[in-house]
Amino acid sequence: MTEMATVDARGLSCPQPAMMTRQTVLKLGAGVIEVLVDTSTARDNCARMAQSNGWSVEIERRPEGEFRLVLRKWST
Amino acid sequence: MTLINRFFASRWGVVAVGVFIGVLAPVLVKAGNPGNMGVCVACFSRDIAGALGLHRAGTVQYIRPEIIGMVLGALIAALAFREFKPRTGSAPLIRFLLGMFAVIGALVFLGCPWRAYLRLGGGDWNAILGIAGLIVGVAGGVVFLRLGFSLGRSRPAPAALGWALPLLMVGLLLLLIVEPQLGRDADGNATGPIFSSDSGPGSQYAPLIVSLIVGLGIGVLAQRSRFCTIAGIRDFILMRDTRLLGGILALIAAAFVTNAALDQFHAGFDGQPIAHTEHLWNFSGMALAGLAFTLAGGCPGRQFILSGEGDGDAAMFALGMIFGAGFAHTLTLASSSAGHGVYGLAAVLFGLVACIIIGLTMREPKSV
Repeated sequence: MTEMATVDARGLSCPQPAMMTRQTVLKLGAGVIEVLVDTSTARDNCARMAQSNGWSVEIERRPEGEFRLVLRKWST
Repeated sequence: MTLINRFFASRWGVVAVGVFIGVLAPVLVKAGNPGNMGVCVACFSRDIAGALGLHRAGTVQYIRPEIIGMVLGALIAALAFREFKPRTGSAPLIRFLLGMFAVIGALVFLGCPWRAYLRLGGGDWNAILGIAGLIVGVAGGVVFLRLGFSLGRSRPAPAALGWALPLLMVGLLLLLIVEPQLGRDADGNATGPIFSSDSGPGSQYAPLIVSLIVGLGIGVLAQRSRFCTIAGIRDFILMRDTRLLGGILALIAAAFVTNAALDQFHAGFDGQPIAHTEHLWNFSGMALAGLAFTLAGGCPGRQFILSGEGDGDAAMFALGMIFGAGFAHTLTLASSSAGHGVYGLAAVLFGLVACIIIGLTMREPKSV
């Protein structure tokens, strides 16, 4: 099982969620990252950020209006 | 719903919203709004402050329906798309202060970022200095963000908190329609507030229903697309993300074309409507505004839109703008067509120092 890095950006406003996601995406290069956010703006920004760096994004809606994004990229 | 969501999340969705605003703002000018002021969130906050008696500058007093419409439009869109989310707790006091500094800077220039772009699209070259200052201010804000600046996390809040600012806007709409005379002069005669201007920008406005509908339209579309006139610059500097920048460029281009079509395009520095030609003040006022907006996470329009989504922290910023606009005129910080206000320089310097201190000191607490 791959170890999963977590970015908890719940409650933070723009542009911090996308900045934190970007930082982790660039640091790891590949792997699996879990991103937790609580607004749809942050969800879209983080997803777009990950996709533009070649990561796949899976979005899960959680209770209390939160979202869990799972970002994946295989090492080349 | 998914198709609509996908469109607005795309680059073209933001461009469409930029075109919508860029076309309708000059149309509002044609319908009666002041020159190059179809929509100006800072100027309109100032006019609202004036109507409420928070300042007594007689030429800038009118409860602008565009602002009311923007908040209520965002509320409607957020409710329809399940994005209404009452929340607060991310440094509300600091956000209130940033709102004050942002509007003071904007009123030294005479316009928020929205109007800076609209002025450019109307041929007012003084806007070039303002936009240059804005970019410098945003870049300064990005430096603080990279150094770890954060206003901390918000928490979910009761529904009532999210409804507070939208309901205040409904209250403003009622005050606009009824126009009660809540004050008394020295002889005991009824007088404002609500004040209304007999001359100047405050006396120039499109029909209420037109302004309200355009505001509602902007509110809905801006909520869906996350249109933001600061994030367009910020995201490009910070992450080379050009999605929101497209909206700004579309707004300028659409305003240019519409102004040309309506015979409202007049190129030059001199004689521009509600503008002055003091380049240093245009530049430095907007540098302060750009820095304050960036630290608060979005342009003035975006702050009102977020307020409609239930964001109580953005609502504090929005209220800070209205109160700050009151101070800007009461303390002669704001400029006029004749030039800068008496204490404009002091206000800009004070605001810059305060914003730099905020930028250097606000961090997310480690214990969270």
